[in-house]
Amino acid sequence: MNTNKNNRIVVIGNGMVGYKFCEKLIAKQKNGQQFTLTVFGEEPRVAYDRVHLSAYFAGKTADDLTLAPENWYAENGIQLYLSDPAVNIDRERKEVRSHHGLVVPYDYLILATGSGAFVPPVAGVEKDGVFVYRTIEDLDLIQSYARKAKKGAVLGGGLLGLEAAKALLDLGIEETHVVEFATRLMPRQIDDAGSGILQRQLESLGLTIHLSKSTQEITGEDTITGMQFADGSKLDVDMLVISAGIRPRDELARSAGLDTHPRGGIIVDNFLQTSDPSIFAIGECAVAHHMIYGLVAPGYEMAEVVALQLIGESKEFKPFDMSTKLKLIGTDVASFGNPFVEGPDCRTIVYENKAKGVYKRVNISADGRELLGGILVGDADQYNMLLQTCKNKTILPPNPEDLILGSRGGEDSGAGIMSLPDDALICSCEAITKATLCHEISQNGHNTVDALKKATKACTGCGGCTPMVKDIIQGVLKQQGIYVRNILCEHFDYTRQELLDLVKINGLKTYGTVLDQFGHGDGCEVCKPAIASILASLWNENILEKGRATIQDSNDRFLANIQKGGTYSVVPRIPGGEITPDKLIVIGLVAKKYGLYTKITGGQRIDLFGAHVGDLPNIWEELIAAGFESGHAYGKSLRTVKSCVGSTWCRYGVQDSVSFAIEVEDRYKGVRSPHKIKSGVSGCIRECAEAQSKDFGIIATEKGWNLYVGGNGGSKPQHAQLLASDVDKETCIRYIDRFLMFYIKTADPLTRTATWLNKLEGGMTYLKAVVLDDVLGIADDLEKEMQLLVDTFKCEWTEVVENPELRKRFTHFVNVPEKKDPTVQFDALRDQKRAKEWA
Amino acid sequence: MEVLVAPKHEITWHLACRVDDIPEDGGACALIEGKQIAIYNFTRRGKWYATDNECPHRQQMALSRGMIGSQADEPKVACPFHKKTFSLQTGQCLNDDSYQINTYSVKIKDGKVYIGI
Repeated sequence: MNTNKNNRIVVIGNGMVGYKFCEKLIAKQKNGQQFTLTVFGEEPRVAYDRVHLSAYFAGKTADDLTLAPENWYAENGIQLYLSDPAVNIDRERKEVRSHHGLVVPYDYLILATGSGAFVPPVAGVEKDGVFVYRTIEDLDLIQSYARKAKKGAVLGGGLLGLEAAKALLDLGIEETHVVEFATRLMPRQIDDAGSGILQRQLESLGLTIHLSKSTQEITGEDTITGMQFADGSKLDVDMLVISAGIRPRDELARSAGLDTHPRGGIIVDNFLQTSDPSIFAIGECAVAHHMIYGLVAPGYEMAEVVALQLIGESKEFKPFDMSTKLKLIGTDVASFGNPFVEGPDCRTIVYENKAKGVYKRVNISADGRELLGGILVGDADQYNMLLQTCKNKTILPPNPEDLILGSRGGEDSGAGIMSLPDDALICSCEAITKATLCHEISQNGHNTVDALKKATKACTGCGGCTPMVKDIIQGVLKQQGIYVRNILCEHFDYTRQELLDLVKINGLKTYGTVLDQFGHGDGCEVCKPAIASILASLWNENILEKGRATIQDSNDRFLANIQKGGTYSVVPRIPGGEITPDKLIVIGLVAKKYGLYTKITGGQRIDLFGAHVGDLPNIWEELIAAGFESGHAYGKSLRTVKSCVGSTWCRYGVQDSVSFAIEVEDRYKGVRSPHKIKSGVSGCIRECAEAQSKDFGIIATEKGWNLYVGGNGGSKPQHAQLLASDVDKETCIRYIDRFLMFYIKTADPLTRTATWLNKLEGGMTYLKAVVLDDVLGIADDLEKEMQLLVDTFKCEWTEVVENPELRKRFTHFVNVPEKKDPTVQFDALRDQKRAKEWA
Repeated sequence: MEVLVAPKHEITWHLACRVDDIPEDGGACALIEGKQIAIYNFTRRGKWYATDNECPHRQQMALSRGMIGSQADEPKVACPFHKKTFSLQTGQCLNDDSYQINTYSVKIKDGKVYIGI
C-alpha cells in the first residue's frame, strides 16, 4: 500500500490511542518506508495515561503519567502540534486545517479524536463548581476548587464516576456523594448482588451512594449550592463532578461528511476505514461492530490494525473482549465474558460473603464444560485465570466451583498458567500471547518482568497482566529445569531458609559453629550478618556476646548508625511517636552536651547525629536513665510503629491508634528479621499514619482493625494488601505474630516483606491460607516462636551500659581509649552542624 | 642497563596494644606514631594482619570496624561504608582495581601486639 507518494500521514488527536498508533507505525515501518507523520493535539500536553488519571490526586505528576516525552516525537521525525486542534478536513484536496491555520496535506488521515465527557442536559450545568472528569486540566480545576469545598458529589456511578469519587476522597472532601440514575452502581459491568457488595464497601469508606436518582436541576445563583432530583429530594453540595459517560468526538468527521452514528461516533468497517477510504478512525471516536469500545486495550488493537495496513500488511479488527478488572477505591471489581447471562443454557454459581465484602459469580454452560463469563467483587485474584479459561474455552474441571472458591483438597487446582494454549492473550493492551512471552524467556533469556517489558512491551499498558507474566517466567524456567536457589554466598551452599532450619535443628548459637558444620572458608560480609540475623531471630541472645560482635554489620556492632565521616547517629525508641515533655527535654540536653545534630525522622522519632563512637555508651547511659530504650534504628529489625493521634483527640478517629501502636511496638521491638520492618496504625480510614505503606499496617474500622501486610515505601513503593478485616486486637496481634515469623523464617537475606510477598508462590492467597487458615499447621509454632522473642527481649544498650567488657569496645583507638578520631570534621549548618562532605 | 634496587625498608616495631584488645575474627584501630592502623585478629587462621585504617574510596577511618573473611582463599576486610573489600595480604582492593591500601607486619610477643612500620 505504501509508495513514495502515499507516505504522508496525519493523525488528529494525541491521546493514548493516537500516541499508540504513532509508536506502532514507527516500530513496524520497514526498510525503505519513510512516513511523514503529523500529529495535531487539542490539549497543551503530550499524550498521557488517562486510565490512571486518578493517580494524579494520589501523588503522581503529569510527567509520571506521560506516555512518551515530547522529544520522543521529534526523535522519531514526528511533527507534533499541541494546543492546536484540527478544525477542518478538506477531503477533495486531502488537507487538514488546524485552529492556528496550518494546512497539512495527507495521503492517509487517522482520526483518534477520542471522546469527551457526556454532560446530560440538566439545567444549571454551567454553574461554577460543576466540573467534568476527563483531562489533566479538568483535574487541576477540580483540585483548586476542592480546597474550599466541604461537600462534593459525583454524577454517575459507573466506572469513571467511581474513579472521580475516589479523586474527591483523595482531595480530602469531607462528604462525598455518588448520584446514579440506574438502580445500581456500575450497571454495565456487574449485577445487582455484586453491586450491593461494592456499594457497602464504598459506604464503609465514607462515600454516600444515591441510586435511582434523576437529577433535574443544579441549584444556586452563579455557583452550585445543591442538586434537585425528580423525586423531590435535594442534596446540598459545594461542588459536582459530572461523570455520566462519554461522548465520541465525531464533530470534525461529521462536518467533513463522513458517516457517523446517530447516537455519536464515526462508523468504520472491519479495517477501521471510514466511509472515505483514505480516512481511518480509531479509539473511542470510532463505532466498530456497532459499538464504541471505551477501553484502552481495544483502542490499542485498533492502532495496531491501522498501522499494519499502512505498512502493507493486513489485519482485521475483530469484536473485542470487554472484560475488565480494576481497583475502585481499594475494592477489586472485575467482569469478564458474558457477566449477566442467565437461562436454560447456563448454570450460575454464586459465592457471597457479606462480612468480607466478597461476591463472585461464574456462568457455566449447561453441560458444565465451558466458562461463559462472570463477576468478581472484593477479591479478583482469580480474574486472570478465569478470563483465560473463558476466552480459550478451556474444558472446566469436574468441580467448577473450585474456580472461585479455590481448591479445598490441597492440590493446586489452577493447573496453572502453563496449561493455557500458546495463543492465549496474556497482555491484552499490547496483544502479547503466551507463546511470544515463552519464546522471549526461553530463547532470548529475558527472564525478568523488566526484560520482558523491554522486549515485548507486555505489562506496560494497564499492568494487569504482570502477575501472569511473572508466573509464565517461573513456569518456563521450571520447564527448563532451572530451579533458582538463592544460596547465601561462596561460603554456604544453602539458602537462608535452609540454613535457618539447620541452625535451629542443631541448636547452633555462634557463627563459628555454623561455619564449621555447614560452610567452608572464612566467611565474609554477606554470610556473617545473614547468620547473625538468623541466630538473633532464633535465640534472641545479645548480639554482641559469644564472638557475635564481629559478625555484625558495622551498625549492629556499635548499636548505632555509621554516618558520613565515621561518627554515629543515635535513635532512642519513641513508641508510636508518643513522648512526654520531660523526655523531650532530656533528648535536647543530651544533644547539647555531646554536640549532636538533631532531626525528626520519617518514623516519628528523633535522630541525634554526629556522635563519636567513644561517646555512645555515655550518651545511652543518660538516655536510659531518663527511661529511653534502644530504637534499633541500626538493626534489621522493627524500626517504628507510626501512629496518627486517633480517637483520643481526633474528631474523626474511631479507635485509639496511639495506644495500639505503642502496644505493637513494645511487642515486636528488638525482633531481628531478614530486613528492617516498619509498621503504622491509623485511627480511621483517612489513614494519616500511612499504614498501607508499611511492612504491616493496621487501620481502625468501626468494628475493629484491618490488617495490611507487605507494603513498602522507598524506591519501589507498594501498597500493603489486606490480610484480615474487622478483627479485634488479640486476633490482629496473633496474625501479625504468624505473618512476621513466617516471613522471618522463609525470606532471603535483606528482602523486605513486599519483595518477599511478591516472590511468594501463591502470593497473597497463599499467605492468607497460611496465616488465617493455617493450611501448613504451623500457626501454633509461629506464635510460640514469636512469643519466645517477645519474652526474651532485652534492651541491648542497657546491657552494654551495664557491662564493662562490652562497653570498652566502644572506642576508636584501642591504645588511647579516651582519644577521639581526630579526622572527624564538621561544617556549620543552620545553627547546627553537618558532616564534612567527603571527597 | 642499570638495575635500581630500592634500599630495603628498615622496619621499626611499635607496641600497639594487648592481644585481647582486638576481638577474635575482627579488628580494632591503634594510633601509632600519629598514624591510624587497623589491626585484625584472624583467629580462624591463627593469623594477624594490619593495614591502613583509612578506606581510600571516601577517605573514611573505618576499615578496623569492617567485617573480615575470605574471598576464594584470600583473607580480606570489607569497609563498612560501601563494602569495598581489600586483601589483608596485599592491600589490593578486590572489587575495584583502582584502590590499594598499605599493609603492615604484625608481631605477637608476650600477649602484646607489635606493628612494623
